[in-house]
Amino acid sequence: MSEITGNEIIHQYLRHNKKFPHVLCAGCGHGIVLGTLIRSIHSLGIPRDDVVVVAGIGCSGRLAVYVDFNTIHTTHGRALTFATGIKMANPKLNVITIMGDGDALSIGGNHLIHAARRNIGVTALVLNNNIYGMTGGQSSPATPLGSTTMTSPYGQLDKSFDTVELAKGAGANYVARGTVFHVRKLEKIMTEAIARPGFSLVEAITPCHTQYGRKNKYKSPVDMYKWMKKAAISVERYEELPEDQREDRLPIGVFVAKDRPGFEERYFAMKAEFQKKTVKGGK
Amino acid sequence: MAKKDKGKSKVTVYPDWCKGCGICVEFCPAKVLELNAQGKCTVVREEDCIRCGFCELHCPDFAIVVRDKEFPQKDKSENSDKKTATGKGA
Amino acid sequence: MARRKKRKEIFALGNEAVVEGALLAGCSFYGGYPITPSTEIMEIMSARLPKTEDGVFIQLEDEIASMGAIIGASLAGRKAMTATSGPGFSLMQENLGYAIMAETPVVLVNVMRGGPSTGLPTCPAQGDVQQARWGTHGDHPIIVLSASNVQECLEMTITAFNMAEKYRTPVILLLDEVTAHTREKIEIPNEGEFEVFSRTIPSMPPEWYKPYEETVRGVSPMPPIGSGYRFHVTGLTHDRNGFPSQRPEEVVELMERIHRKIDQFFYDIQLVEEIDTDDADVVVIAYGCVARSAELAVQQARENGVKAGLLKLKTLFPYPRRHTERVLAHAKSLIVPEMNMGQMSREVKRVNMGRVPVRTINRIDGQIVTPSEILKVIMQG
Repeated sequence: MSEITGNEIIHQYLRHNKKFPHVLCAGCGHGIVLGTLIRSIHSLGIPRDDVVVVAGIGCSGRLAVYVDFNTIHTTHGRALTFATGIKMANPKLNVITIMGDGDALSIGGNHLIHAARRNIGVTALVLNNNIYGMTGGQSSPATPLGSTTMTSPYGQLDKSFDTVELAKGAGANYVARGTVFHVRKLEKIMTEAIARPGFSLVEAITPCHTQYGRKNKYKSPVDMYKWMKKAAISVERYEELPEDQREDRLPIGVFVAKDRPGFEERYFAMKAEFQKKTVKGGK
Repeated sequence: MAKKDKGKSKVTVYPDWCKGCGICVEFCPAKVLELNAQGKCTVVREEDCIRCGFCELHCPDFAIVVRDKEFPQKDKSENSDKKTATGKGA
Repeated sequence: MARRKKRKEIFALGNEAVVEGALLAGCSFYGGYPITPSTEIMEIMSARLPKTEDGVFIQLEDEIASMGAIIGASLAGRKAMTATSGPGFSLMQENLGYAIMAETPVVLVNVMRGGPSTGLPTCPAQGDVQQARWGTHGDHPIIVLSASNVQECLEMTITAFNMAEKYRTPVILLLDEVTAHTREKIEIPNEGEFEVFSRTIPSMPPEWYKPYEETVRGVSPMPPIGSGYRFHVTGLTHDRNGFPSQRPEEVVELMERIHRKIDQFFYDIQLVEEIDTDDADVVVIAYGCVARSAELAVQQARENGVKAGLLKLKTLFPYPRRHTERVLAHAKSLIVPEMNMGQMSREVKRVNMGRVPVRTINRIDGQIVTPSEILKVIMQG
């Protein structure tokens, strides 16, 4: 028998008592992100019992239920707060949060910047589809300027958040961006993000054709993948581009890669110091 | 990418899981896949598959599996050697 | 019989006693955000917990995060708590509902201050009583406890943890600014002098385990994350395995069960203290620092020849109906003094059903209800 590869690996990690195919629309990139996450965890050889997937609310929030890890579907925007508690309670666990763009950047924006500042040892996946998908296509903080959505029928007036810049500014340990078209690259950064200490953020650009694409001149899900193929450019090459050619390009790759110890490491090191002192001081 | 592997792969599509988004069909470099009358992905030119892995990696519904065709001449011992060389199992 | 070991005595704030109680109950996780008048709980926890064997203290970015973090910690096997006041309590309501739905034991201490909004940050009030009962959206059961003096702060915190663990539910401990900031002598009970209950851990093979099933104890055992029992936790209505479900029969089963697990153990949950109620004509029903004023008023009324009694509520919700019924058997009138416009008197009137006159004494000016105020009403007959 040949070695098991590809989707057969993923099949082993799916919950067999859940109904498949999953609930997401045809062509939704979230499934690809989930597959990539499973491959990353598999390649790192982390036992399932040690993996905690903490999801927020929205389309991305529905992913957790399908995988055979410890899975927690939390409240809207709060995934990182639950994850912080779990990681501090048991630092041995690999805690991964799955959040959408509305989840992570709007309602959960405060938690995101503080998780980054605190450098808690959690991997945050931000599945950016530029829209609130599950509620029917309202504009999110990642909706591009001028886009049509259910709550910006005359065009989005405000500028969207740059997740990467936000995380960088907040002091995250590891910041990277990938797309679901460039899956191998996404898998590489996701694996690195999970393996690193401290707070890692991976933004995955994933298209929502049903709620965003259709209203913004993308005829089919395939068109959105073509857009990603065209727009994405490695961060190294992006930096070389002259300023006027940068518009409409999407830099992908690793933006920050530090090895600062996570908050939990620092906390338990402090505790260990106390314990040493008590042993010394004991009569 | 992997021309030497041409014709060595078996491509399986699970029609129950396929939602017919067409990503695999559009981007398959060897045009192995097509959408059928029901809008589901089907394998039409398996012998042309170069095993680039695109369809398997990009299927949002995990509905495509690409694996080796079973070759009778495959050396079993070689295979097991390879396994030990890979080191840690999952 | 062996002589009882002498108890350690300390001179402590109510907030300090909460910390002592929590640590005795096995609390090993505190997540919080500072807010007056509960902050001392957090400050003392920040000094104490890191020096305990496995204690974790973390200051979060806001009260929403505090609640999220303690639920996460509880899922990972910790006895976890937070403390807050007024505005912070409002922010915690969202994840409080999650803890109810996901049946996660946590303890939430709310030191009540004047409200609404920023209100009277440094003054006492009892305005959050019905919020504690109904603050989070959706129909839900909840356990709300209170304490009227510093010793009770310690004891009721232990009780709060025990109930949370026993019934897999969040428990709210409602204090008021006066009780929390009173400093008096308390006794720290010795080990073995008080009950400590910890959630049961499943022992069956993981594939047999169902996290949300009715059992003889009311709730399923609860394994910590990472112990081999992998399951799904969600705030959506769910089936016995924890997977989201919208099937009416499964939704009804879940909702009825989470109510029943609290309702059926009312004898264990509803705690009161009765002072001179056996023959009382006038019964004062009070809680928190007002119960302390009421105790003195009742004593003075007795000295003046009026048969008065006090029903001190230690459990506010589920409302101690049985105990109220018992005093109603002979009482000719009830008095409910409280520092709000009449939140608990609603419950009393609901049980009374018009049988005897119910008089209320309400203060909303950030001042306590004094013994003489209560005495005056008692003496009116």
